[in-house]
Amino acid sequence: MDLVSAQVPAGFPETHPNELTEEFYLNMGPQHPATHGVLRLVVKLDGETVKGVVPHLGYIHRSIEKMAESETYVQNIHLTDRLDYLSCHMNNLCLCMAVEKGANIGVPERGEYIRIMICELQRLQSHLLWWATFGMDLGALTAFLYGFDQREQITDIFEDVCGARLTMNYFRPGGSYCDVPDTFIPRVKAVLEGMEKSLDEYADLVGGNMIIQERCQGIGVLTKEKAISYGCSGPVARAAGVDYDVRRDDPYGIYDRFDFDVPLGKNGDCYDRYTVRIEEMRQSMRILEQCIKEMPSEGPYRSKIKTVIKIPEGHSYANVETARGLFGTYIVSDNKPKPYRLKYRSPNFSNVNIIDEVAKGFKVADLVTVLATLDPVIPDIDR
Amino acid sequence: MSFFGTIWDGVGEMFDAIFNGDWSKENQIGATVRGWCGENETLADWINAGISLATLAAIASLSAMVLVYFERKVSGHMQRRLGPMRTGPHGIFQTLADGIKLFFKEGFRPKSADFFTYYLAPFIPMMGSFMILAVIPFDQHLQVANPELGIIYVAAVAGLAGFGLIIGAWGSNNKYSLLSGMRSGAQMISYEVSLLLAILLIVLVSGHTNLQEIIKTQEGGIFNWWIFKLPVLGLISFVFFIITTNAELNRTPFDLSEAESELGAGFHTEYSGICFSMFFLAEYVNMLIAASLATTLFLGGWHAPHPGLDYPGLGWLWFGAKTSCIIFLYFWFRWTFPRLRIDQMMDFEWRFLLPASMVSLLLAGVFMSMGWYIGD
Repeated sequence: MDLVSAQVPAGFPETHPNELTEEFYLNMGPQHPATHGVLRLVVKLDGETVKGVVPHLGYIHRSIEKMAESETYVQNIHLTDRLDYLSCHMNNLCLCMAVEKGANIGVPERGEYIRIMICELQRLQSHLLWWATFGMDLGALTAFLYGFDQREQITDIFEDVCGARLTMNYFRPGGSYCDVPDTFIPRVKAVLEGMEKSLDEYADLVGGNMIIQERCQGIGVLTKEKAISYGCSGPVARAAGVDYDVRRDDPYGIYDRFDFDVPLGKNGDCYDRYTVRIEEMRQSMRILEQCIKEMPSEGPYRSKIKTVIKIPEGHSYANVETARGLFGTYIVSDNKPKPYRLKYRSPNFSNVNIIDEVAKGFKVADLVTVLATLDPVIPDIDR
Repeated sequence: MSFFGTIWDGVGEMFDAIFNGDWSKENQIGATVRGWCGENETLADWINAGISLATLAAIASLSAMVLVYFERKVSGHMQRRLGPMRTGPHGIFQTLADGIKLFFKEGFRPKSADFFTYYLAPFIPMMGSFMILAVIPFDQHLQVANPELGIIYVAAVAGLAGFGLIIGAWGSNNKYSLLSGMRSGAQMISYEVSLLLAILLIVLVSGHTNLQEIIKTQEGGIFNWWIFKLPVLGLISFVFFIITTNAELNRTPFDLSEAESELGAGFHTEYSGICFSMFFLAEYVNMLIAASLATTLFLGGWHAPHPGLDYPGLGWLWFGAKTSCIIFLYFWFRWTFPRLRIDQMMDFEWRFLLPASMVSLLLAGVFMSMGWYIGD
């Protein structure tokens, strides 16, 4: 039996607390059901208690930023789908907005509304998937299927709009590549109606459960200072009390026209991250309802642009609020159809790196809870 | 009497009962075999023992197959899907197909696993289940062995299942399995205490350790079952019994030892093929046993809810119906609750369940001495 005398993995200082016990290193991932992808966590354990976590990244690195330099701007859009595949519309939008800023392209009114509606639907879809897998990580397997059932209806809308269900590649500089079909608005209305009925019930089914509350309250506490210093964003940071939402504080598109709240947590524990995300789903539904009322039924969905987009020499930056936080695109251009350098700022990289801070001292099961509420999408980290 | 002494006496009694006991004498089949063999009593005993053990094996594997099918169907309908539908009408051959696949699958042993413990472990829970199944009273005469210490024997043998898990977890030389083994060890030992107290309460109030005698004290309709016969306390004790057996069975919310999202598959991570199916089979047979015990101790065993419905020879129908209800309850729990954390689980046992069951045991004594129960 060679279980305890394993070598100390990289990232940990070698320590021996006393002569009788040794630390126990557990390799969670790259293939592990709780990491939702190919994240590898090396966990130092003392019995069941977590003494330290070191995330090892890079298992799904595809060098997307380098690839971007040899593709035109429009060709690059489909690569952004492959970052955070659950927020792919927002990633598309971010690149498009950076190109629009650099090349001075405007977006027609109807195009702006389509963008906002699609992005908010995507946020709903992403949070529903998070809700489903959160239940599964805590052992409530039935919630998983309920979440997927709701999510499926939104995915069907996307299929209707652009033909794809996961990597949508829908937005283009100046709007989107095609108009939404006539069935779009009625289908969104139907989804909103269904969600209004079921969201409270669902939130109560998992969040109202005593075992879930016991397992989430006071677990994985992230303080406001830590959240800021690690660069966390999105629901993770807002649950810790950081009052920042790109949609409200640095509005892009036409977000300044809508009335919505930014939910905040008090303690920064796993339960706050749960409630913040549930509340964000409600706010997304509010925005969608306002969109349905105000959206012009006529008009162009895309402004006329040249086939080959060239950005004048210089740089441009745009950021959006994806379902997981602040996503930024930075373009350095040398007046050619292809970018000189394209840099993405992804929310998941910062959000995952706090795992050592928030999971230390808790149990192995809490590490899974913490990871579920951080809701990382691994391809977004490695790029 | 020591712990192992109890097991040994129980086993002795069981074999005694299989060879010479009630089953072969009072049962129709047993009598027929005796008729055929005529003078040769020893041959008749051996044939009868063979029949009873083969029946046990058939019950164990068939019930496990049926239970797996129903679990998948129940979970499917709870989750807005249909469950298995393709293999046969409504997928009824699904578990059979799965079983055949598991049987012919390559048994894969990790290079660093310990040969002896690795291959010993899957058979221990299975052996425990078979040993208990022999004393389950499906009907008045449908019981392989009827040892005098029936319930004590069951409690003693039930402890064996935990050994299988711990040995298997250690033998696989996998860190996830090791964690799982430690968890299941702690869990089984802790919850066994409350389980025994719940059983002891029934032994106290009924005055018998023999399973058939316990059932006979519940004769005469639904209000004479111990769940209702002992006002409130019977119900509380029944709930404790269901909770603790749920924990013993390693099912949600107590499925910490095979916590899928934390430990992969826990103690059976490294097992495949027939060794894995042994663990799997034992889990479902144990569920049947737990439900049967709940029926025997609290729900009147093979008695009908109304004395007028008690037809001799049809008791196994009532027994089966009640057992199925309890099993459905276990299914329901599994697909509804999330999982507890290890420290919460231990807290629940030692800070709440154990004191509460001790108090209920004391109260049961008071109730019995004061005569506060329904019936005679």
